[in-house]
Amino acid sequence: MSVLQLTISGLREELQAQRTSAVAVTRRCIERIDNTDDQLNTFVSRCDDSAFQDATAADVRLSAGKAATLTGIPLGLKDIFSTKGLRTTCGSKILANYVPVYDATVVERLREQGAVIVGKLNMDEFAMGSSNESSAAGVCRNPWDTNHVPGGSSGGSAVAVAAGQVVAALGTDTGGSIRQPAAHCGVVGLKPTYGRVSRYGVIAYASSLDQVGPITRTVEDCALLLEAIAGYDPCDSTSVDCPVPDYQASLRDGVAGKKIGLPQEYFIAGLDPAVKAAVDAAVEVYRGLGAELVPVSLPHTDYSVACYYLIATAEASSNLARYDGVRFGVRHCTGGGLIDMYQQTRSAGFGAEVKRRIMLGTYALSSGYYDAYYLKAQKVRTLIRQDFLKAFEQVDLLLTPVAPTAAFKIGEKMDDPLQMYLSDIFTIPANLAGTCAMSIPCGFDAAGLPIGLQLIGKPFGEEEMLQAAWAFEQATDWHTCRPTL
Amino acid sequence: MKTRYETVIGLEVHVQLTTATKIFCGCSTAFGQSPNSQTCPVCLGLPGALPVLNREVVNAAIKTGLATNCRIAPYSIFARKNYFYPDLPKGYQISQFELPICEQGWLDISSEEFAAKRIGITRIHMEEDAGKLLHAANAGSLVDLNRACTPLLEVVSEPDMRSAAEAIAYLKQLHQIVVYLGVCDGNMEEGSFRCDANVSVRPVGQAELGTRAELKNLNSFRFIKQAIDYEVERQIELIEEGGKVVQETRLFDPDAGVTRSMRGKEQAHDYRYFPDPDLLPLEVSEGWIAEVRAALPELPDQKRRRYEEQLGLPAYDAAVLSAERPLAEYFEALVVRHNNPKLCSNWVMGEVLGAIRENNVAIDDCPVTPELLAGILKRIEDNSISGKIAKTVFSAIWQTGKSADEVIAERGLKQVSDSAALAAIIAEVIAANPTEVAEYRGGKEKLMGFFVGQVMKESKGKANPGLVNQLLKEHLQQKT
Repeated sequence: MSVLQLTISGLREELQAQRTSAVAVTRRCIERIDNTDDQLNTFVSRCDDSAFQDATAADVRLSAGKAATLTGIPLGLKDIFSTKGLRTTCGSKILANYVPVYDATVVERLREQGAVIVGKLNMDEFAMGSSNESSAAGVCRNPWDTNHVPGGSSGGSAVAVAAGQVVAALGTDTGGSIRQPAAHCGVVGLKPTYGRVSRYGVIAYASSLDQVGPITRTVEDCALLLEAIAGYDPCDSTSVDCPVPDYQASLRDGVAGKKIGLPQEYFIAGLDPAVKAAVDAAVEVYRGLGAELVPVSLPHTDYSVACYYLIATAEASSNLARYDGVRFGVRHCTGGGLIDMYQQTRSAGFGAEVKRRIMLGTYALSSGYYDAYYLKAQKVRTLIRQDFLKAFEQVDLLLTPVAPTAAFKIGEKMDDPLQMYLSDIFTIPANLAGTCAMSIPCGFDAAGLPIGLQLIGKPFGEEEMLQAAWAFEQATDWHTCRPTL
Repeated sequence: MKTRYETVIGLEVHVQLTTATKIFCGCSTAFGQSPNSQTCPVCLGLPGALPVLNREVVNAAIKTGLATNCRIAPYSIFARKNYFYPDLPKGYQISQFELPICEQGWLDISSEEFAAKRIGITRIHMEEDAGKLLHAANAGSLVDLNRACTPLLEVVSEPDMRSAAEAIAYLKQLHQIVVYLGVCDGNMEEGSFRCDANVSVRPVGQAELGTRAELKNLNSFRFIKQAIDYEVERQIELIEEGGKVVQETRLFDPDAGVTRSMRGKEQAHDYRYFPDPDLLPLEVSEGWIAEVRAALPELPDQKRRRYEEQLGLPAYDAAVLSAERPLAEYFEALVVRHNNPKLCSNWVMGEVLGAIRENNVAIDDCPVTPELLAGILKRIEDNSISGKIAKTVFSAIWQTGKSADEVIAERGLKQVSDSAALAAIIAEVIAANPTEVAEYRGGKEKLMGFFVGQVMKESKGKANPGLVNQLLKEHLQQKT
């Protein structure tokens, strides 16, 4: 089987039947990375040696019959997860030399399962971006057309999965950073309900919005990987202590009789015709599967982007204060005093987009502006959340496009931050509402670039959402399409 | 001139809590360890680390709130106070801003210097401490983050105090309460109980407050008084000379006894407070509050009143004995064993306090335990030993740890109350001092003291003084 088609579920069987070994699979992934990374620029840091060590240990465990779901599966991590002893830059120059002394909780969980960590994946600097172009490591390229962006901020994670460099990857999603690149790269990406997965050890962008989630080739893999990382963590006060269902077990329950809402505010004039056509076709697939499609309204949708860019930047302005050159990371100091060190370090260490958001957020929190901006945005956020809760009184799921267009060209939107921000218009609301949402492949545009379908579930409704995604995947073959590279 | 102005003082006290671990992580809070040895990703502010609230800190806050008559908020939130400083690893301090855990409390203070009055407590909130900077000669500045993230309560008073004496009385009472509660060790030198004073003056009769200066670096009661007195005088002089008080932070210099403007720090910080998204709002149930209330110790003020009203102690005794919890506990353990509060009080305030001070030991380590001391008091009251001999017994117990009865038996200190034995000694004394006997019988009754002394001396202090007096009178009169 081609390395491009490997899945966690398939590979797990192969490994447990000892028809292949973790070391062999890891070698195939590393060869694939060697052959493709010059074109794609996916990896910020690699760890081939420790990957083989992980694989060797996994093989011991496999032959002892003590394998867990992820034992021996090569995975990639967005460079936002703290990895003990492995450089973690968060896509920023300011952390170019930062080596964490501890593992993020999700990384610990992957290691406990015996997963093979292959390396750290490219991303927008501090997860701020929708195209991967703000990365200090340079833009990561879309494997379907390397002149196009892969989406962001978890661009590297989506590319690595789409291009067969790893079997699956973890990303983070603050305003669409898993779903949008997954859509642009033709893979599956899921943002869990806020609190479902621990944020401990995940470098914070906007703490009240950030969530960790899987990027995979199939819905089943997505269910498996989510189950592996989900659950309460005493180290994260915002993680929720509610049991994690066996997502895989109920995948096949189907959508017959389910009510799926189509929020009218998401089918707007700016929507690319190809995207609209693909989503309309998906609606028909669901109708054919026995679901009831009903129009719904999320009346405060229009305020989402503005609301997001106040709350996210406000939190970011505070979260990024620790990058001051005092204790870790890159320090710039050509003399002068303390203030000079701060200024030089942060001026040289942060890129333009990060600086822009720090300034926006600082402004929103400033005395005299707090009520008009931050506080107002929090109130709007409550309204947006209520929109969703009301909609979920009528329907089980919502169906929308992931992004207004397929992947745009590298450089196309770099000079126009507002246009860039609008590419997250359909993904941001789920973060503000704190509910779960995912992207699954649902077609291609005329240029052959993938299009994603977004399903939005109820809070802690991942199980039902995954069932619907799986049903769609079974009825279509978009998920089997792979870029030629 | 001074009398035309009224002083207004509000105090902000930082109470460092004695919890075993820090407020948002599991690191130890022990003082004086090697730099940065008590740190982890959370208190170092490493990327990705998250705070988790220590429940014991909330307990301490509720205790302190209840003891200072505050309303405990059922819902309170943690906020980030944003500013850059090298001792602040995250670039923000986690504190409480809107909705603190305690509000609207008060303490009643009284003193000989002013009439009893009530001082309002605006709020008490929980927060984390910052680290420490060490400025080494030729080595730049070094950062020690052992103290970062240790738990503090900030107790903010209303501007209700009108003199340094009132401020000190309030502080002493607050200090006594937090130490009593066991939430703070009260050590001001190590910074466990720190105070900033907001001081302003205004012409008597003026309703609005004058511009205030915030005084810092006040790490003893004496310095607080000096700093306030200096500052009041400085402000009055300034106004009298036609100047204006500037709102600013001023550092007290204990060597010079003056306050100095802290230049270089921006005057109007914008801390950009906002609710910390990493911590959930704190909900404190009625049940939780009731649980803490039930476990509250009796507070110094309550004890003092009980000692006066129920034990019948004079006000002075009651105040001394209730001032510190270990001493009060010693006293109460004694009274339980020997139900004569005034006698107990005399001994605790006299011999016990004297001996522990002289030997520099804590009351908890006093070798004469309440049980042993009760043994002495019992023998005083049953006339086995005199008060004077009892002091000898006390010293002996201090040295040996033996019981009073053992010491009395071993050293033959039992008071002689046997009339026959005493009569023999008295007869000897009368025989040996014929001149004095004659004078006494001639009317010089003052000499009674002399005879008593002689008898006590002959009996090596063991004679029962009451009985000696009575017998001497009889013997001296018989011969006439």
